[in-house]
Amino acid sequence: MNYLPLFTALPLLGAFLTPLLSKIWERLSDIIGSIITTFLLILSIYSIFLLPIFGDLYVYEIGKWPIRPIPLGIVFTFDSLSLLMVLAINLLSFACAVYSINYLDNYTARWKFWTLFLLLIAGLNGVAITGDLFNLFVFIEISAISSYALVAFGVEKEDLEASFKYQVIGEVGGLTILLAIALIYAKTSTLNMADIANTFLNENKGTLFWFIISLLTFGFLIKSALFPFHFWLPDAHSQAPAPISAILSGIFIKTLGVYTLFRLIFNVFGLNRNNAPHYFNLLLILGILSIIITSFITLKQENYKRLLAYSTISQIGYIFVGLGLSNFFGIIGALTLIFAHALSKGLLFLTAGSVEREAGTLDINELTLLKKRMSFYGLVYTLGALSLAGIPPFLGFFPKLFLILGAIKEKMLGLAIILGIFSILTLAYLLKITNKVFTNKEGEEVKENSLSAISFLFLVFLIFIFGIFYFNYLQPNLINKASEVVIRGIEYARLVLMK
Amino acid sequence: MVPYLCCIILFLIGIYAILTKRNLIKIAIGFCLLEYAVNLFFALIGYKKDALAPIYTNVSQSKNFVDPIPQALVLTAIVIGLGTTALLLSVAVRIYEKYKTLDIKEIKRLKE
Repeated sequence: MNYLPLFTALPLLGAFLTPLLSKIWERLSDIIGSIITTFLLILSIYSIFLLPIFGDLYVYEIGKWPIRPIPLGIVFTFDSLSLLMVLAINLLSFACAVYSINYLDNYTARWKFWTLFLLLIAGLNGVAITGDLFNLFVFIEISAISSYALVAFGVEKEDLEASFKYQVIGEVGGLTILLAIALIYAKTSTLNMADIANTFLNENKGTLFWFIISLLTFGFLIKSALFPFHFWLPDAHSQAPAPISAILSGIFIKTLGVYTLFRLIFNVFGLNRNNAPHYFNLLLILGILSIIITSFITLKQENYKRLLAYSTISQIGYIFVGLGLSNFFGIIGALTLIFAHALSKGLLFLTAGSVEREAGTLDINELTLLKKRMSFYGLVYTLGALSLAGIPPFLGFFPKLFLILGAIKEKMLGLAIILGIFSILTLAYLLKITNKVFTNKEGEEVKENSLSAISFLFLVFLIFIFGIFYFNYLQPNLINKASEVVIRGIEYARLVLMK
Repeated sequence: MVPYLCCIILFLIGIYAILTKRNLIKIAIGFCLLEYAVNLFFALIGYKKDALAPIYTNVSQSKNFVDPIPQALVLTAIVIGLGTTALLLSVAVRIYEKYKTLDIKEIKRLKE
């Protein structure tokens, strides 16, 4: 698996080729963008089959600087949890890249979009595979900076306002993470995550340890937009171009906020419910508040994309409930939800882009009066919404099931009921759009675009097929192994350093 | 201890500016202060009293070197900070072109 650096190197190469080659022919940037995302998708699917051969963990030493006896250089560590994230990132980015080819007709600067898009993908893949703490920060910033620029891509009044707000808040989060990294370095004199885990294992956990944890948690909660740090998300995610909204909402906040928190809390700091019950209860409570409060705000939304953006915050709440429960079912639920939400929320945001193109507006009340029939988009939207709300046989059903089982196992029946009720509320506010925008319409049928239809059908197919074969394929091969990585906790350090 | 405290004070001034100022450029300056505070803190971690610069010279007796890694990391962080500050200011310039103001009280087209 020594192709591991290609996950970041290829999109970086593409990002710097597009400005040069688009001088020859503008459309060349489309071709570079889609070829690179296709290739990344093939690489990540290939890794599913290759990773078990390497014993579910592969360590790549950049520049051949050895990891033993002391880690000198930067390493990439690729285990089942990274595999799950890389797979989700590349499935969604492939669909968004195919969709973007036609969508970009609305904008003038094609190659600028592709450069930023590929930088974003490079950063996300890098966050998922890196095993070095400072390298993690660099990749977080690469993807964050390109996302700030992409939110402002339309350079309308609203886009700029959303981007400025998002940048200031996002960077405060980023700098908090950097401050925590500085303190970790001061304490351990190393930046390799496995080595840090080893060092902290032998120290008693004093005030400084908890100060570092709280700084990191603050930073990552801002990045993952959990309540009460969610206020930037609805603006940023509703103003970005549709494929970017899909990536930001679908996978960006989960890679930068949730995955990194999983990795650091469980594998590096070795926290679990037994040695830090208050920490996990805090995350659990924030998750529940996030679900309850944003669900009611979402019900009142009158804008297509803003409604979807608010619903993302409540789904992040569900993921944090799983993280807070942190028993077997909770972790499986959270990891499956990361995967399922990436595909279905991505799909919903892409339909928003198509509807905006046809109608010129995203205000739900104006869309109700529109004299156009969009039955294909309506069908695709409804399938995505059903999956997101947790209706079997779609993929989105299983995470909700496991989260409720996890709550029952911890003897929190009230929580299980809350999760069930708000899952139904999710269906209510998502189907509000189906009801008002897509049904009982008069007028002519709009023509679908073949490339955007491909990306819709690709995502619908994945949601459906992973839902049908959930217990046969997805759970035993991907989710269970990823949850083992999380549950094994501090064992990660020994495995990485032994390799 | 005093330099570390100064870093924290600088950090708090930055947070204060971001939270209370109404002018976009002042918010950007507050953000810069925040960034300098973190970078300075990081650079101080590698500092040792009376130590030499970490350049290998062929001397016989053992010398006391400062830790070079924080310096390398801070250089990276400064470059990242340059990128974010430039982007922040260019967005502020575009906002001024569109709204003809830099006051955040008047820039609120996005609502709940």
